[in-house]
Amino acid sequence: MTGLPLLSIAIWLPIVGGLLVLATGSDRNAGLARLLAMVVAVAGFMVTVPLYIGFDTTTSDMQFTELRQWIPRFNINYQLGVDGISVLFILLNSFITPLVVLAGWKVIEEKAAQYMAAFLIMSGLMNGIFSALDAVLFYVFFEASLIPMYIIIGVWGGPNRVYAAFKFFLYTLLGSLLMLVALIYLFFQSGFSFNLLDWHQLRIPLTAQIYLFLAFLMAFAVKVPMWPVHTWLPDAHVEAPTGGSVVLAAIMLKLGAYGFLRFSLPIAPDASRELAWMMIALSLTAVVYIGFVALVQSDMKKLIAYSSISHMGFVTLGFFIFNSLGVEGALVQMISHGFISGAMFLCVGVLYDRMHSRQIADYGGVVNTMPRFAALFMFFAMANAGLPATSGFVGEFMVILGAVQFNFWVGFAAATTLILGAAYTLWMYKRVVFGAVANHHVAELADIDAREFAILGLLALCVLGMGLYPFPFTEVMHASVENLLKHVAVPKF
Amino acid sequence: MTDMQQLYLLVPLAPLAGAIIAGFFGKAIGRAGAHWVTILGVFVSLVASWFIYQDVERGNLFNGTVYTWATSGGLSFEVGFLIDKLTVTMMLVVTFVSLMVHIYTIGYMVHDEDNWPADSLAGRNSYQRFFAYISLFTFSMLMLVMSNNFLQLFFGWEAVGLVSYLLIGFWSTRPTAIYANLKAFLVNRVGDFGFLLGIGLIAAYCGTLNYTEVFALSQVLSGTTVELIPGLPWMLVTVVCICLFIGAMGKSAQFPLHVWLPDSMEGPTPISALIHAATMVTAGIFMVARMSPLFELSDAALSFVIVIGAITAFFMALIAIVQTDIKRVVAYSTLSQLGYMTVALGASAYSAAMFHLATHAFFKAVLFLGAGSVIIAMHHEQDMRRMGGLRKYMPITYLTVLIGALANAGFPPFAGFFSKDSIIEAVRLSTTPGASFAYLMVLAGVFVGGLYSFRLVFFAFHGKERFRDAEPHGHDDHGHHGPVEPKESPWVVTVPLILLAIPSVIAGWVMIGPALFGNYFGGAIYIAPEHPAIARMAADFHGAMGMIAHGLMTLPFWLALAGAATAWYLYIARPDLPAVIKQKSGVLARILERKYGFDEFNEWFFAGGARLLGRGLWKVGDQTLIDGLVVNGSAKLIGWVASIVRLFQSGYIYQYAFSMIIGVFVLLTLWMNRV
Repeated sequence: MTGLPLLSIAIWLPIVGGLLVLATGSDRNAGLARLLAMVVAVAGFMVTVPLYIGFDTTTSDMQFTELRQWIPRFNINYQLGVDGISVLFILLNSFITPLVVLAGWKVIEEKAAQYMAAFLIMSGLMNGIFSALDAVLFYVFFEASLIPMYIIIGVWGGPNRVYAAFKFFLYTLLGSLLMLVALIYLFFQSGFSFNLLDWHQLRIPLTAQIYLFLAFLMAFAVKVPMWPVHTWLPDAHVEAPTGGSVVLAAIMLKLGAYGFLRFSLPIAPDASRELAWMMIALSLTAVVYIGFVALVQSDMKKLIAYSSISHMGFVTLGFFIFNSLGVEGALVQMISHGFISGAMFLCVGVLYDRMHSRQIADYGGVVNTMPRFAALFMFFAMANAGLPATSGFVGEFMVILGAVQFNFWVGFAAATTLILGAAYTLWMYKRVVFGAVANHHVAELADIDAREFAILGLLALCVLGMGLYPFPFTEVMHASVENLLKHVAVPKF
Repeated sequence: MTDMQQLYLLVPLAPLAGAIIAGFFGKAIGRAGAHWVTILGVFVSLVASWFIYQDVERGNLFNGTVYTWATSGGLSFEVGFLIDKLTVTMMLVVTFVSLMVHIYTIGYMVHDEDNWPADSLAGRNSYQRFFAYISLFTFSMLMLVMSNNFLQLFFGWEAVGLVSYLLIGFWSTRPTAIYANLKAFLVNRVGDFGFLLGIGLIAAYCGTLNYTEVFALSQVLSGTTVELIPGLPWMLVTVVCICLFIGAMGKSAQFPLHVWLPDSMEGPTPISALIHAATMVTAGIFMVARMSPLFELSDAALSFVIVIGAITAFFMALIAIVQTDIKRVVAYSTLSQLGYMTVALGASAYSAAMFHLATHAFFKAVLFLGAGSVIIAMHHEQDMRRMGGLRKYMPITYLTVLIGALANAGFPPFAGFFSKDSIIEAVRLSTTPGASFAYLMVLAGVFVGGLYSFRLVFFAFHGKERFRDAEPHGHDDHGHHGPVEPKESPWVVTVPLILLAIPSVIAGWVMIGPALFGNYFGGAIYIAPEHPAIARMAADFHGAMGMIAHGLMTLPFWLALAGAATAWYLYIARPDLPAVIKQKSGVLARILERKYGFDEFNEWFFAGGARLLGRGLWKVGDQTLIDGLVVNGSAKLIGWVASIVRLFQSGYIYQYAFSMIIGVFVLLTLWMNRV
């Protein structure tokens, strides 16, 4: 390729840009801050496009690699690279950032520069997570990305934001402490290397593998979040500003799932197999249990948050049935969930900006005053319910097929999402959008403006495009997923 | 790509283009633009289907891929077409009925703005939106029937479900409409749940989703046994077929997943005709016929199919007798007729099912559109108790509805006679376990069919003009107060009625020879040698005229006649009797009026149960156990430990010194006593 360090640019461009935005300072320059943030965000997305175009789908090797010494004393390196598993998330992350900047354009009036900067920096850090091939580098990015999100919830959040931000921070931090122990153990086991690719080749006794697996599980399960460590997510979503919810749902939840693929499965493959039953059970619990819980939520954001947990259950289910359909379906589901849950939270944001309420009961008959919004919201609701020709269908379909292949009853439990997902999503939609105008607040609603239409329209195109032609997405993954499954298939202890 | 392949693509894409233009640019092109562009799209599709039909007649079949949707784990997911007799028959039925409905809609929806609250923006361009939806439906249905693989089948399956949802809830400000569309979608999803599992099993065991490849491997499916419940070995093909059939039960509204169809009448009448009578609800029937190479391998599955169909055919017909809403009568009649088709499938008489599907599409569309014509004339009154004597005001509507009723009741020589009689005969000859029960049900259903069909005709079109003494009413408050003066509907309504009535008369005797016994479907339908019903019927078949002559001497004809006569007696001769009977029959009448209580049970058990479970899991699981006990509990635990530890950090030197001495003492003791 061009020889440019594309991954480094993808990481540092938003971070440096974010710092520049921060430097514009007070709200008197808010206009400048917004404009600059937008330029940085779009540029940040543009530089990731060559990653996809130049991607070689025939190999499972790391591509666009970069290697520099960082702390030679501990053999810690600044080592980057992407494969078919991680490359799509960098694109997704960089794609969501401009949308989030645009979504906060008018709504955030206080500390606009700081708000935009936080998102840009977070975007860069998360690109770092998806491209780090050195464990310490990964860990630093992984933990650092918590800080901007903590600030976003804590500063621009709702009335109960401090409690939510704290719950979010502690939950995720406690989870990752055990991971640190695991990383240090692996450092010694591998003869003083933090190189992830070296770790993938390690032969570790089964017992040690199980401890490692559990340590990683603590960190990643909280992030996904898997049942029963999911209760921070609804609180965080409810208090977070719209942009925060979008990034949280679209990208941050994917970090945990990505961790399973990068650490748990290849480093502790035998433990993964031994404990797969548990992971499958937890995933199915997420799909079914959380599906029922989502049904009875009276707060739209909580409902979508629970729906997110349920959809992420599909992701972890797909990973631990160990077939290509499952893993690739799970990856597709992760990307698709990025679009759809992001869009769903934006839709709630559109309503919240106008009514300052997330309660379903405060709405009704929105279609009478906001028909264009209602149409887009309908589309995303259907996508959330997994309708074919939307991206929401692709991953679910593949994972269910993979699950039936693995075990009929696992597939059976997973397929209940067809009913539950439709029930909670469409019932909410019915109560909010359909019907006669419920009250004078709804009667005064104004339909979405060009800015909101652009954001939702763009996401709708993504959801539709991926639903009609997911081939380019699955094509990228094949080699890396096959390689990963080979890791799992062969005993390593 | 050959010319024919381009033609195949044109069939679904023309209506799609119409839908996109009318849907997104409805405001710009206006009402006339919207109906012309969609009618043109469907018309092009119909003409192309006709050419393809002729091409298929010449023996040119097609089975190929349009594009690869995705690949994973050795499976190739594709979008592609399978063009054979079965497909092309469905294409003609779908595009023809759709075209008629498109034209009819111009007349039916012309005053649609009256159906919306005055200041609602949702009603803006609703006319154009309606055309966009029905064209989108036509596209989805064509994709469903033209598919050569299970992925696209499922795509079409869900897409028609989506459009059905959008159209049932078209008048989205009406509480009943948005209740009905959610119910329809969810009940269909229950069916799809089974359907998807069936597809999953096929993918898992056959490694392909392409029909032809799966059928070639059908021996693998029948040769494999699975123990889904330990100790209960089942033939895999039985499990697959039952799963697939559960999908058909949802889409084709078979007992006990039939509950959504009557409620779907909340949608505008044109879609009741197109979607909920002629085409979408027959998707399940079509699917099972398409899967005949699989169903033929499992007597257990066929038995399941025939019993479900028989229950639907008879018990749904019974409900039609007590309905007073003209559309609901037709809706329950549709349920019953779908039951007949399902029974035919179970009897391995796939061609008879397809034949009845086609004739039913015509005569049921006539009945629905005729009902719609009446509803227009009565200013959106649907209750037959406020009709009566309409025949002299609406002669064309009356005649076409009469033809529809005659065909529906199965009187020779109308289309329904041939198809229904073939089904009854096939069931009589069938060896499928459960066929004798089904035979009883379908025979009894013929009497009931005659009764409810002619009850509708007599109740609405004959007798006293009850609309004259009706109170001013109407759920649409748009100023039509006082008694209405019914008049015949405009030509856009009557012409489709006439065009659909013609095949309702003639389709039977024209089609029966080739369709049932002439190997019309060719290789598209497979019947195992041990299922001889159709073959035996073919041996006894001596032309359509012979069948009529024979039919006049058999039980079904006399049963239908008895049904019609009963209707005449009850609604013309002694109109006072129905009320008396209703009073006398007490519980029975109430059971029928409550539709066997399915709605109440589902509402209480499934909807209520799910909410209760959800609330329980949320309050007890999430809030009390996880958050309360574990999360906040560990916070409390830390607080409690800290409060104790705090006691030691008192700040007094002597306490620290004391504990240090104790500590040293303990350590020394342990050290000295070490082993």
